[in-house]
Amino acid sequence: MELLLATAIGALTAAGIYMILRLRSFPVIIGTSLLSYAVNVFLFASGRLALNAPPVLRDGVEVYTDPLPQALVLTAIVISFGMTAVIVMIAVGSYLSSDDDLVNDPDADHKKGDAA
Amino acid sequence: MSLFLIIALPFLGALLPGLMIQAGRQSCFIITFLVTASAAIGLATHAPAVLAGEVVTAQLNWLPSLGLNVNLFLDPLGLMFAGLILGIGLLIITYARFYLSRDDNMGEFYTYLLLFQGAMVGIVLSDNILMLLIFWELTSLSSFLLIGFWKHTADGRQGARMALTVTGMGGLALIGGMMLLGQIAGSYDLTTILENRDLIQASPLYVPALILILIGCFTKSAQFPFHFWLPHAMAAPTPVSAYLHSATMVKAGLFLMARLWPVLSGTDIWVILVCSAGLITMVLGAVIALFKDDLKALLAFSTVSHLGLITFLLGTGTAFGAMAAVFHILNHASFKAALFMSAGIVDHALHTRDMKRLGGLRRLMPLTFAVATIAALSMAGIPLLNGFLSKEMMLEEAYHTTLFGSPYLVAAVATLGALFSAAYSFRFIAHTFLGPVRDDYPHAPHDPQVGLLLPPALLIIPVIAIGVAPFLAEPFVKTVTQAVIGNAAELPDAHFKIWHGLVPALWMSVIAVVGGLILLAAFAPLAKLWAATPRPEAKAIFDRIIAAAVAFADVFADRLHNSSFTRYAAIFTTSVIAVATHAWFTGVNAAPTREMLAITPVAFAGWLMLILATGFLVTVHRNRLATLILMGIVGLMVSVGFNYFSAPDLALTQISVEVVTIVLLLLALNFLPNVTPIESTVAHRTRDIVLSLAGGIAATGLIYTMLMSDFPIASISEYHLANSYKGGGGTNVVNVILVDFRGFDTFGEIIVLGIAALVIYALTEALLAGPVRARLLNRGYEEARAGDAHPLMMVVLTRVLMPVVLMVGVFIFLRGHNEPGGGFIAGLVVAIAVLMQYMASGFSWADRRQRYPYHGIIGAGVLCAGLTGIGAWFAGAPFLSSAFGYFRIPPMEKFELATAMGFDLGVFLAVVGAVMLSLESFSRLGRRAGIEESDYAMDIDPSRTETLTGGES
Repeated sequence: MELLLATAIGALTAAGIYMILRLRSFPVIIGTSLLSYAVNVFLFASGRLALNAPPVLRDGVEVYTDPLPQALVLTAIVISFGMTAVIVMIAVGSYLSSDDDLVNDPDADHKKGDAA
Repeated sequence: MSLFLIIALPFLGALLPGLMIQAGRQSCFIITFLVTASAAIGLATHAPAVLAGEVVTAQLNWLPSLGLNVNLFLDPLGLMFAGLILGIGLLIITYARFYLSRDDNMGEFYTYLLLFQGAMVGIVLSDNILMLLIFWELTSLSSFLLIGFWKHTADGRQGARMALTVTGMGGLALIGGMMLLGQIAGSYDLTTILENRDLIQASPLYVPALILILIGCFTKSAQFPFHFWLPHAMAAPTPVSAYLHSATMVKAGLFLMARLWPVLSGTDIWVILVCSAGLITMVLGAVIALFKDDLKALLAFSTVSHLGLITFLLGTGTAFGAMAAVFHILNHASFKAALFMSAGIVDHALHTRDMKRLGGLRRLMPLTFAVATIAALSMAGIPLLNGFLSKEMMLEEAYHTTLFGSPYLVAAVATLGALFSAAYSFRFIAHTFLGPVRDDYPHAPHDPQVGLLLPPALLIIPVIAIGVAPFLAEPFVKTVTQAVIGNAAELPDAHFKIWHGLVPALWMSVIAVVGGLILLAAFAPLAKLWAATPRPEAKAIFDRIIAAAVAFADVFADRLHNSSFTRYAAIFTTSVIAVATHAWFTGVNAAPTREMLAITPVAFAGWLMLILATGFLVTVHRNRLATLILMGIVGLMVSVGFNYFSAPDLALTQISVEVVTIVLLLLALNFLPNVTPIESTVAHRTRDIVLSLAGGIAATGLIYTMLMSDFPIASISEYHLANSYKGGGGTNVVNVILVDFRGFDTFGEIIVLGIAALVIYALTEALLAGPVRARLLNRGYEEARAGDAHPLMMVVLTRVLMPVVLMVGVFIFLRGHNEPGGGFIAGLVVAIAVLMQYMASGFSWADRRQRYPYHGIIGAGVLCAGLTGIGAWFAGAPFLSSAFGYFRIPPMEKFELATAMGFDLGVFLAVVGAVMLSLESFSRLGRRAGIEESDYAMDIDPSRTETLTGGES
């Protein structure tokens, strides 16, 4: 089971990295979302895997999974939504004002730094 | 008055002038004056005790683990400096009131001045060297603002920049030196450090620490070779020059040398470094000063020279030298401030400071002439004025100092310095005030109004009083000297007298004064000679060094920072993978300690779906709609996975966030192109595939290793499990952690979420206010539109569902403490319920029924959570402590009420507000020109209706 989870995170990471290296804003946003999945699941998994042991206290039950990473990841999921919304807004704004959705400065490769 | 308050007053007071300027310049001045005056009075209340030998302290532990405590102490040395800073500060504030013109923003000026004053007082009262460093940097920053106060002049900007660069670099060196000193002494408390002289001087780190600290002091006090910034700082308004360069900023370096004198001085290297720097600076400054035609430039270089003199005295390392230094600091502050202010008066009246255009002002400005002449004669070292006494002591000390094995070298150099010093002082008087009255002054000379003249005139009082009756100053100077040299050392028994007999120092003094007069007489040919000699120009050298540094930095910046964000991402990924690979191959990997859980068919099926969806997503990512659908599958699988691995709360959160994220991205796709074109080359894509595969493999390896081993150290989770019910009153441990154990984190997080939503709102507003608005409104439709934008079925269904979903939201909220649920999830569910109405019935229909603005809901949420937390204070508990109890209202079941619920309600409101505000902002972008949004939800597109039914609507 651990192997499945590790490879799943690996796949999400790989896809995320590939997508953030694209040149248009939309795939980059998708890439960051994929990376957020990977990171959230990774953080959650740092409490180690357990089946049928939710951290909800019950009489007579002794084994619970680690609640702490879950609490941290819960807020992380909500915050990732907020951050995704912000970058989506920036991407839309940039597309609407410049009529292209390129991530990079169009003349990035021959731009000299201005020292002013 | 507490020492904390004395420091805090100027800082807090700095807020006032900016406000009071609305009430006029006079009120602005009065309030600034009162702020400084109250601090000065507070200081004065401590003076009797301090002079009686008591050390006033104030302590506050701030970060004890770092050794950073806000410890303050006031001893005679601190008292003298704080007195100078605040006392001369009062005069400067008065002077500036009349000096600044109506074009200058007086509120801004006084604000900077008070900030600077607070930082200076902070330096001299700190008992912790880390605190001292903070204030030290603050003086650099606030003096930058003061020097560059006339932003419209290039000189002002460049002078301020140069001062900041030089003193800032010195500040960095000083931080290093102080850190070393703290390491050696084992404490950052100044009082402790001062007791460890032997330990510090025996340490191998003594020399590096000394050099770094001296660089800090020399840059601040404009000692050779860092002297060049000070004259350029003269571009500041004259009150600033008078303040910074007589009593405060440049004296900070001297103060620090005096403060650390007991532990640093007395070694050979100290004597050589400090004495030579001081002597060179003294002579160099004096020579240059003589040939400057600008009054302020002359005074600037004379300041450099006098600072060199004091540095030399501290450098000799004898108690007599320290006493002379203390005395001269006091004297120099009085006559130099008066001189700067007199120069300002001349400038103010004649609109020039060029001595070539001055002269003969003796009759025209008699009062100014009197003040300036007395101050200048004191600077020259003429008997019956205070400058004479301390200069005599300096010559006496120089006579007894041996440097580089020669007993006469120091005496000769010091006499030379004194000679030029006398010469430029005489020139200041002669070329400004004496000589014939001219008829070509740029502006008619006149004595100034009282406000300008009074401050320098007041400073003349001590100049004469001490000069005539030196015994007045003797007890105070000796008390301060004792504080400098430490209680263990013995005070010199020399007395302050005008007449010591025919001692060598007197002859040296006579040589200096006579030589000075001769130089003045021969000034014209000498000036020609000076103009003909080639000299290195400090500013040009400085500019070249800066240009070289910028060019060097550009080499790296241009390569790495070329505005290609994709490149940054690639560089970042590569570096992370490289570091990880290095760690993997060099580290030791412990054998797995956990058994692998058996793979179940269900889990395998879920895994397969996730992998396939991810794979397809990458392959079809150019079709953006398909990408979104696949994202939905990935998100769904992640939620199911959370649930499968015992995290029901996460599963609920993930799935609801998934819904809003997909809606959000769909809204975005409404504006963005639907396909991604092929642009990158095959080589690029190959590189990206290699990078991402490497990243994926690295992540897999890392996580697999982590999952197969136990915790290296015991987790704190056990505590949470054990105390969740007992202490937090809830059985859902995750929720109790969120609202109770780590409530402060959650509080911060809802604030971040709220800020994110507000940013989105602000961006929308900015877009709609700009040129984008017209483009948005006039956009055409790319594809055929549906006939009914708001389908009947959907409208009916969502309206029926609305109360049901809201009830589910309430249910999830209420059960959250004990069962999976809580504010976050309930907030998301309710947001989805409202969102459905927007989608089904249209923006305006839904918006019209929305009574509370979403910003308000966010604010209410944060407020609610914050107030719940503050409520704990009234019960005497720390912020966000919770209380709970169980209640029963028939016929319902027994239920629990916890204060944490109020907090969770805040979370709930903030989440609803933030999600809705973000999505609403997007929808607002979507409204188009020429389309009246119908108020009827189940409307049919009127344009379609017309074509279909032939005119009936």
